[in-house]
Amino acid sequence: MDNESQYSGYSYKSSHSRNSRKHRDRRDRHRSKSRDGSSRGDKSVTIHAPGEPLLDTESTRGDDRVILPLPYHTSQHMLKEISPPLSLLQDDNWGETTTVQTGTSEHSVSNEDLTRVSKELEESSPLECRRFLGPGLGAVLGLFALVTPLAFLVLPQLLWREALEPCGTPCEGLYVSLAFKLLVLLISTWALFLRPPRATLPRFYVFRCLLLALVFLFVASYWLFYGVRVLEPRERDYRGIVGYAASLVDALLFIQYLALVLLEVRHLQPAFCLKVVRTTDGESRFYNVGHLSIQRAAVWVLDQYYSDFPVYNPALLNLPKSILSKKSSGFKVYTLGEENNTNNSTGQSRAMIAAAARRRDNSHNEYYYEEAEMDRRVRKRKARLVVAVEEAFTHIKRLQDDEPAASSPKHPREVMDPREAAQAIFAPMARAMQKYLRTTRQQPYHSMESIINHLQFCITHNMTPKAFLERYLSPGPTLQYQRENGMGRQWTLVSEEPVTSALSRGLVFSLRRLDFSLVVTVTPLPFLHLGEEFIDPKSHKFVMRLQSETSV
Amino acid sequence: MSFIPGQPVTAVVQRIEIRKLRQGEHLILGFSIGGGIDQDPGQNPFSEDKSDKGIYVTRVTPEGPAEVAGLMMGDKVMQVNGWDMTMVTHDQARKRLTKKNEDVVRLLVASLLCNASPFVQTEFAI
Repeated sequence: MDNESQYSGYSYKSSHSRNSRKHRDRRDRHRSKSRDGSSRGDKSVTIHAPGEPLLDTESTRGDDRVILPLPYHTSQHMLKEISPPLSLLQDDNWGETTTVQTGTSEHSVSNEDLTRVSKELEESSPLECRRFLGPGLGAVLGLFALVTPLAFLVLPQLLWREALEPCGTPCEGLYVSLAFKLLVLLISTWALFLRPPRATLPRFYVFRCLLLALVFLFVASYWLFYGVRVLEPRERDYRGIVGYAASLVDALLFIQYLALVLLEVRHLQPAFCLKVVRTTDGESRFYNVGHLSIQRAAVWVLDQYYSDFPVYNPALLNLPKSILSKKSSGFKVYTLGEENNTNNSTGQSRAMIAAAARRRDNSHNEYYYEEAEMDRRVRKRKARLVVAVEEAFTHIKRLQDDEPAASSPKHPREVMDPREAAQAIFAPMARAMQKYLRTTRQQPYHSMESIINHLQFCITHNMTPKAFLERYLSPGPTLQYQRENGMGRQWTLVSEEPVTSALSRGLVFSLRRLDFSLVVTVTPLPFLHLGEEFIDPKSHKFVMRLQSETSV
Repeated sequence: MSFIPGQPVTAVVQRIEIRKLRQGEHLILGFSIGGGIDQDPGQNPFSEDKSDKGIYVTRVTPEGPAEVAGLMMGDKVMQVNGWDMTMVTHDQARKRLTKKNEDVVRLLVASLLCNASPFVQTEFAI
């Protein structure tokens, strides 16, 4: 369950808060399954009658939120809100009002119906095994397909051995080729397909389904033919049967070639450029991908996200309050004898906005100085930290094997293992480190334990203080801060096109997480006209510049 | 001017004083120069020795101050107001001639023999 993410303080507190869980159970939603980590969640559930309490009694926020699902929205945790990070201490409302999404008409199967059906299918299967259902099916089918040629060969021998015509050398040749082809098939299946799947996709993986269907069709039709033409009349021509089994193995090899091309090779040639922007802090990257469907492209982008994007730190987003609060310092609006109060509010707010805009605004000045001050502070702390770490590292040194542990009887040196050495030198740098992390708002990511572990790691591998500090001086990729657990990360793919359609020009889809999302824009790579120009190596000649004439 | 070491060199050297003419906000002299140590000497049509990198007069505007003072096309400028012009870059030469605070430039030029005025002839032995 990815709600255990360390860095998003909001989601950490909120999803595990006992109060909201209590309220959820009290409201009798079918959310327990989605809470438990299945990859699908509710889309739209109920409309509250006005008599029911709409708000948590303990929540301090008074407004309720309405979330309208987008079309083709394969969503999960739809009823969560994206609340600002300032609400760390508040209990949040869990989307009390929802609307029912209507499909296109009663007679057509809209996309929402499909998702609902698949969601019901998935909810009925147990929790984490959902991930392995598709590959499991493929594995069963593959095994069946591999065993089939052997079955073709063995069955006549078992059933009507004495009636078979003896078949000498040609059959043995066919046996050998069959054996090697099966071996190749086996090895390449292991190499290509027997890898643990890295992602669960919201819709079927079209190519994989196509291939499975093809394999099934082949094997079924071969069995049909075999059953009708060989088993029934008890065919005696054994060589023909062996040839038949060999042709099945050939066909399987060709299907595997097709699988290789469709699944692995086709998307290697770059065709589109994806721009990925994180909504909270504007970090963006550009990637080149080939022809993929939207869901496969989404998985690919997420793979790159975890190693390229610096970790999302919600504490770094806000402008200091001193700057923002001045803007709202107010104008008071007096209404003088107005009868209708219906459209007063919009009129008032517009007047206030206009007045505030006309006022001379110096907040940019403060922002500039605040930033300069912040920079200076960070640099000072960083300098102190670097000096402290350098000094600390001079206190220990690695004991060489041939050096005696005790240099002299008067000063016996205590031999320490890396952990103890790390703990010994951590003390002088702890304060500087803590202050630096606090200034750069990184302290949620690094606990004391993790710092000592990292120090131990660095000492063991003979790293310099600079190498030790690399981890703290710049925010690393998100992958560096992930905790190892087998649950996986929940992402929601939000798109207006069906997610199995191919990438095309101008497509926009976004990958949503609890508190931020990645917006991906697709542009095709330009077609290149490459021309040719031949330069004779002897044609490189130079002269002095022409006489220039200046009139005076 | 070319020279063969050991042989006397004949050159016609004269001092020419040109008064600058004010045209708009510029002071002009009325001729164009070419050459310099940063230029290609082989392209100079007026020099006898094609390795001479000196400053030559390439054009004289008719009725200009230079023509009035007697400057001819093809003359080599040796000095300007006492500053040497035989070993300067093109741009330095231009700057020496176009100083804004000078009204008069006194040039030492060496001409081709056929262009010289008959009573100013000097012989040098180098």
